[in-house]
Amino acid sequence: TFYIEPLKINKLGVRASDTFVLTPTPQPKDDFQEELVIRPLHSGDIYASFQFRTLWETDFMRENKVSHYRLFPKSLGQVISKFSVRELHISFTQGYWRTMQWGQPFLPSPPGAELWVWFQDSVTDVDAAWKELTNVLSGIFCASLNFIDSTNTVQPSASFKPLGIVNETDHRFLRYATLPREIVCTENLTPWKKLLPCGSKAGLAVLLKSEKLFHSSFFSQTVHIRPVCQDRECKTTSWELRQTLNVVFDLHTSGQGKREWSLFKMFSRTLTEACPLASSSKIYIDVTDNPQEEYFELSPATPLLSQAVVLGDRRTFSVYDLTQQVTFGTVRSLNLLIRWKSTEGECSMLRPLLHAERYVAGYGLQTGEIHTVMYNNHPFRSFPVLLLDSVPWYLRLYIHTLTVTSKGKDNTPSYIHYQPSKDRMRPHLLEMLVQLPPHSVTEVTVQFERALLKWTEYTPDPNHGFYVGSSVISALVPSSVAMDTNITQEQPLFSSFFPCKEESSYFVRVYTEPLLVNLPTPDFSMPYNVICLTCTVVAVGYGSLYNLLTRSFQIEEPNPRLAKKIANFIRRIRGVPLLS
Amino acid sequence: VAYLCFYSVQLSNMLAAIIMLIFICFCVHFQNTAGQFFSSGHTNNWAVLVCTSRFWFNYRHVANTLSVYRSVKRLGIPDSHIVLMLADDMACNHRNPKPATVFSHRNMELNVYGDDVEVDYRGYEVTVENFLRVLTGRLPPSTPRSKRLLSDDRSNILIYLTGHGGNGFLKFQDSEEISNVELADAFEQMWQKRRYNELLFIIDTCQGASMYERFYSPNIMALASSQVGEDSLSHQPDLAIGVHLMDRYTFYLLEFLEDIHPASKSNMNDLFKVCPKSQCVSTPGHRTDLFLRDPGSVLITDFFGSVRKVEITMEAIHLTDPILQLEDGEEVQEKTYSYVDQLPVSEIIHQKPKQKDWHPPDGFILGLWTLILLVFFKTYGIKHLKHIF
Repeated sequence: TFYIEPLKINKLGVRASDTFVLTPTPQPKDDFQEELVIRPLHSGDIYASFQFRTLWETDFMRENKVSHYRLFPKSLGQVISKFSVRELHISFTQGYWRTMQWGQPFLPSPPGAELWVWFQDSVTDVDAAWKELTNVLSGIFCASLNFIDSTNTVQPSASFKPLGIVNETDHRFLRYATLPREIVCTENLTPWKKLLPCGSKAGLAVLLKSEKLFHSSFFSQTVHIRPVCQDRECKTTSWELRQTLNVVFDLHTSGQGKREWSLFKMFSRTLTEACPLASSSKIYIDVTDNPQEEYFELSPATPLLSQAVVLGDRRTFSVYDLTQQVTFGTVRSLNLLIRWKSTEGECSMLRPLLHAERYVAGYGLQTGEIHTVMYNNHPFRSFPVLLLDSVPWYLRLYIHTLTVTSKGKDNTPSYIHYQPSKDRMRPHLLEMLVQLPPHSVTEVTVQFERALLKWTEYTPDPNHGFYVGSSVISALVPSSVAMDTNITQEQPLFSSFFPCKEESSYFVRVYTEPLLVNLPTPDFSMPYNVICLTCTVVAVGYGSLYNLLTRSFQIEEPNPRLAKKIANFIRRIRGVPLLS
Repeated sequence: VAYLCFYSVQLSNMLAAIIMLIFICFCVHFQNTAGQFFSSGHTNNWAVLVCTSRFWFNYRHVANTLSVYRSVKRLGIPDSHIVLMLADDMACNHRNPKPATVFSHRNMELNVYGDDVEVDYRGYEVTVENFLRVLTGRLPPSTPRSKRLLSDDRSNILIYLTGHGGNGFLKFQDSEEISNVELADAFEQMWQKRRYNELLFIIDTCQGASMYERFYSPNIMALASSQVGEDSLSHQPDLAIGVHLMDRYTFYLLEFLEDIHPASKSNMNDLFKVCPKSQCVSTPGHRTDLFLRDPGSVLITDFFGSVRKVEITMEAIHLTDPILQLEDGEEVQEKTYSYVDQLPVSEIIHQKPKQKDWHPPDGFILGLWTLILLVFFKTYGIKHLKHIF
């Protein structure tokens, strides 16, 4: 392909040259990378995290629309340009991430569906754009995202700062919503796989088979779109699309109790080639706990080793490069095998520094209390956390009962933002900046009252309960190892998601469990019962009374019998008085 | 003169004969075109497959719908032309011992859920209102394309409903019902809006025949799994999963459809014979009086498959020169971008409260101030007014 160089016109308005120079067009600057990180967990389970990243240097916001898509999926590109989206983060999760047993995930996500979007400054009506965007995304991902409306959307004032490049952050352009009830199944995975450049035909996406992925303790698929720096100077930006899939396979349900994991056992497939459109395709196995191969062995062996600082810890990884033909060996397929040598105990896991729980206390269907418990496991450092709570309107919170206690003493938050709910219009929003003392447990409690809904507002299965979305706790956790702030060095994808501004701490987001709350539910067969009872009462009670009052009694001669009739007839003929 | 008369009569006879001949030719021609007119004149196929039951013990209704979905996809209708509505999720239900699968045969022989499924309406979205809106096309403007039935007057539509029903109604999700009158009216709306060419309606519920009794729009053929007063029964339970897997009528329908391939010539009369009373226990019924063509001439693939009209051409097509994209002049950016601090503590603490939109004072406040002013002037007299204004 060729392009015509712009005509060079000098100051006098005269053309410098009349000839056209034909040079080849610069290649479209898009790039696709894929990677898989496998981390054996201390409980015997295994954690696999897929990341697919497409980088594209283009401008979706310019007037003449982008029409030539190569690696970037067209459906998402059109969504970005139509709704003037600056950042989009959507996740679908089944299961809850157990931080105390599994450590911190590379990319956290709450159970159900979560969507948060930063719009461009040029958008005039953010709420209308948000409503249309949720409908379009529900069609793309085959999910019920159209249930996101004003009753479960909030506008956080301090949490969820943009993860990409931005000029200024005005929280009026941010919207956050979560659907804790949303189910994830193959119908969500199918369109997600179709967004990848190679689809599910080549590369790492070949391993994504739904029958194995959904038979797991935790499954999460996400899409993140944001503008990122292209190089160190950061003078130009390019759009980044990250699709991640995190799954934790259980030792007993998927592993049959045996502590031996292989790609075939986890995914029922092996790898035969990298995606031809990918510039890099790698598998990382976390071998930090296994420096001299004393606990488990890895086959086929690989000479490549890599170190990365991720989540405040320096980890060592064995690397398999799928773009090299030698990785596949003579059998032309790669089936990684991790076999544990003995069942003895191992060194203890690095305790996660921040951990949170949430539960509902109280009894009955009138009132209750929400408790959010945050654990700071650092021995001597305290750090601030930002807690975001979005509670639906039908749980009426009494904010005067809000208490924050650490180690038994009152702990006043340094920043509170509370937006009260409006019945059937918007939910409660509570954001607090709390300083967690070292090695402590902080408890946030607030009492609430349950509302009675209108009978048309109940779901078809109301006795299941109503869900309250997870709380989000964002924190900068002090790190024991110096974090890498160089944003452009060749980093594995899993360590370069959250931008790192300082070396001594790393950003982490923890989600609590969603709550399941029973609301006072009427008996829906009651209208029928009431009609029957009322009609019976009216018929028996009122009917009897009416008859008693309005019935008049008359004396009636009984009909004479036949013999008497004949006798009377004869007597009449004879002229004799009749029988009575 | 006699000769002239004779000739004129002969001429007029001949003329009449010629006219008659031409007229007969025309008639034959018209019959041919009429025949063509009434033969299947559809150009695209759509399918609306609805499962209306919720809860785990209604697994078989989801399996019914998915087996028809699977057949319809196999015979050529693409996902963009199928509107699949499942009222509950059975595949990833926590009670399913084999997640991401829905089986139709015992011993887990056939997984009808598959690996490439797109459900358009799921869970609480499957309501009577949404179903009728899909049929009539009266959806809110922000509805995505995959959730719309974009049929035209040359579309053949297959509509399959399954769930719990009774005499004259079908239950949606245990909380609402659709009656046969409503359904008939919806089809009439579709006919008046020219939203279908021909429609095949299949229903697998108890007393299913009552649902098609009230249809009055042309070009509808209906099948039901049982007559009024009869119950449709389920087929076989699977002891590992613990529920009944399929309903009898759809089970034998699936077996029948598995033998159909995109080029097969089976017609509707074979479909009417599916599941006789010996196999189904209930008596399947059908209704063809509203349908203009003879059911024997209607192919199964007219509704279950997809028409692909291929036009073969031998001429070469000349491609134009590629559109040249002019590169914008390189603007030298002086600004450096940077990432934002994720938790700027000092900024958050000193954040100014959001500027609230100014609202005019509420009625209560106005009344309160009026009362205060009234009391003031009552007590102190009106002459103080000049000090205020």
